[in-house]
Amino acid sequence: MDLAILWFVIIAVLWTGYLVLEGFDFGVGMLLSILPRGDREHREKERRVLVNTIGPVWDGNEVWLLTAGGATFAAFPEWYATMFSGFYLPLLIILVGLVARGVAFEYRGKIADPAWARRCDLAIQAGSWIPAVMWGVAFGNLVRGLLLDESFQYVGGFWALLNPFALLGGLTTATLFLLHGAVFVALKTDGDIRHRAARLASGLSVVTLVVAGGWALWAQLAFSEPWTWIAVLVAAGSLVGVVVTTRQRREGLAFALSAVTIVAAVVLIFGSMFPDVIPAVDGGTSLSVAEASSTDYTLTVMSWVAVFLTPLVIAYQAWTYWVFRRRLSTRDIPAPAGLSWQKIKDAAF
Amino acid sequence: MDALALARWQFAITTVYHFIFVPLTIGLAPIVAGMQTAWVVTKKERWLRLTKFFGKLLLINFALGVVTGIWQEFQFGMAWSEYSRFVGDVFGAPLAMEALAAFFVESVFLGVWIFGWDRVSKKIHLASIWLFALATNLSAFFILAANSWMQHPVGAVYNPETGRAEMESIWAVLTNNTLLAAFPHTITAAFLTAGTFVAGIAAWWMVRLARSRKPEHLETARTVYRPAVLVGVWVMIVAGLGVAFTGDVQGKLMYEQQPGKMSSAEALCEGTESAEFSILAIGPLQAGCEDVNHVLSVPGLTSYLGTGHFSGEESYLPGVYDVQEAYSERYGDVTVDGEPVTYTPPLAITYWSFRLMIGFAAFSVALALAALWLTRRGRVSDNVWLGRLGILAIPMPFLACSFGWIFTEVGRQPWVVAPNPTGIDAVRLLTDRGVSTAVPPGMILTSMIVLTVIYAALAVVWYRLMHRYTIEGVPDAVRDESPEARDDDTDRPLSFAY
Repeated sequence: MDLAILWFVIIAVLWTGYLVLEGFDFGVGMLLSILPRGDREHREKERRVLVNTIGPVWDGNEVWLLTAGGATFAAFPEWYATMFSGFYLPLLIILVGLVARGVAFEYRGKIADPAWARRCDLAIQAGSWIPAVMWGVAFGNLVRGLLLDESFQYVGGFWALLNPFALLGGLTTATLFLLHGAVFVALKTDGDIRHRAARLASGLSVVTLVVAGGWALWAQLAFSEPWTWIAVLVAAGSLVGVVVTTRQRREGLAFALSAVTIVAAVVLIFGSMFPDVIPAVDGGTSLSVAEASSTDYTLTVMSWVAVFLTPLVIAYQAWTYWVFRRRLSTRDIPAPAGLSWQKIKDAAF
Repeated sequence: MDALALARWQFAITTVYHFIFVPLTIGLAPIVAGMQTAWVVTKKERWLRLTKFFGKLLLINFALGVVTGIWQEFQFGMAWSEYSRFVGDVFGAPLAMEALAAFFVESVFLGVWIFGWDRVSKKIHLASIWLFALATNLSAFFILAANSWMQHPVGAVYNPETGRAEMESIWAVLTNNTLLAAFPHTITAAFLTAGTFVAGIAAWWMVRLARSRKPEHLETARTVYRPAVLVGVWVMIVAGLGVAFTGDVQGKLMYEQQPGKMSSAEALCEGTESAEFSILAIGPLQAGCEDVNHVLSVPGLTSYLGTGHFSGEESYLPGVYDVQEAYSERYGDVTVDGEPVTYTPPLAITYWSFRLMIGFAAFSVALALAALWLTRRGRVSDNVWLGRLGILAIPMPFLACSFGWIFTEVGRQPWVVAPNPTGIDAVRLLTDRGVSTAVPPGMILTSMIVLTVIYAALAVVWYRLMHRYTIEGVPDAVRDESPEARDDDTDRPLSFAY
């Protein structure tokens, strides 16, 4: 097989890993104010349950993004250069979101103060909602195509990125990740919050079926190839499966099916783009897989690296999910271990 | 300002900022791993207390290193897309390897370490921090491989058809002699930073407790903080010798590979034998090479540093003017504005950052010697000046690291990919050709302001947390939470939770 095509597939696999894994931790972050109930103290405990379901794993999930970015740079320099400079503002916004939530996760418990916790919660929610929407907008634009000049520079401007198709793409990823997160919470928690998450997931699954189904049909009919109907059907089938299994409270199966939906969505997206990495729009130039790719030598080197390391990464990352498989409930949450706000404020030499 | 100037400022700000957190993580992670190993092997509680204490500071610090690192990978494509097009075939490979080989290990096993005290066996838990520590160092190797290629491009050819550099040998890229000098130099600098951090904090605490005169405090000072001082000091000594030695190796290489960088660092105008090393120079250096008055100089030292010879023919070093002349003849490029290119870097920045790097790094020697003397033969020092020196010493290696990077990156100018004098001429790129052409200056200005504001706010939080958790000191009561130490199987609250 042509190495450039292999690398196109590998990039798709890396994005799949990223969106399946960080998809649910975005969802958990998005649910931070939606799920918890009860008095102030109990809500805080439930928020901590939520944050701790992804505590040991969220950073490892995010590395899939860094790997996708690095691999695109190495395997498709033209794609990396055009896409990242063309999506300058959206990527900046995504990045600010990722910075905010990352710091908030790590520093939330370091200061035991309700006002600090609220601020961190705000950062976690904004930092989860914004990228969840923006990734959909970005991929929507890649499916639809971008206006490139003949030297592959993006010349469409920022506002052109906010077209209806891309915006519906943003809504699709947001609902999909919200659902994926709710299913994950139902799978990973115990007690009241588990039941609330399950009920929410069951409702959300119908909404997602409508929104994501609509977007997938639009993508398929307007921009895609006949063979990607398979992806559309798998996505639709697995989403129907989520609707059914969340009602039956089969949480493990529901989570597997919402993951399959995301996999199918990535197949649809990358399948629509192929054989381009950035299709043409409005009479502009397209950037093809072949034009964008690195030399055979570089791709060969990177293939060997990927062949050896990717299975290893998947193995040890899967192992950590096994280590932290236990369901969490409010009973598992220890007393806050952070220092008081007063102490932090007084800290000055 | 135009897009180029803004993109350069943005790169400088975000990279220097990112590298505040990186050296401490690289050096502190193995030290904490060492402390935990001491606990597992000796079963002495003090090592567990120190592990928890410095481990917490490590985590507070690592968090900012992670989040500021994402931008580092993104900004090549965002603000430097033409650079990315030119180098991607070569430069992208080590970046992708860094993510796949190092970042995954780092983040996954740090998660196990933070949350796994009561979830995995003691040995696996210890292995997790070691894997994390190794991965942070491995990550430095790959990113320095990428950077060293910009300083000294090897293993690549220029393809005139595509106008890009293409990789010929990954082995050459990963065994670049520039990299083999830069990697140990950066790592030892990181260990010097972390050693100073540990020794400084522990010395301050030892003195503080010793001065209270309470017997239980004296006991803690003697059994907990004094050993930590010694750990820090010995790391500093070994790393300090390493950083000096590797710096010397690098200097000699640089004279061969990037003569403009070294002659600017010395403000050496004319090529000369037996070149002096100026310890202190007065003069703004703005007007050019001659605009300097060497107040205090050591004869022949620069020649020795550059060539290994104090005097004689072999001690000849090219000056700024020679480099300019030779490069103009060889490359004769013009800038984007049509002016002939100046082939030597901004003199004042290069000259001073080189000196500040060495000066700030040397400050650690004062702390190391004072601490060694005052803790000799089992002594616990209550000397208030040792405590103050400890605190004062902590920021110094951080500053040295920053100036080291400012020196090496500014010294590379006007190139973003410096030409390799013994390689293929065409594998070279002027910095002004690397900036994104499709991104308007206003956009770069926006991101620069947004990132600067966010980074400044994060720096305040980071500093307060580091400071306050330092003042809290080692925890008094620690218990062995490992599964093998647990006497029952019932579920307890998590030993660690966000």
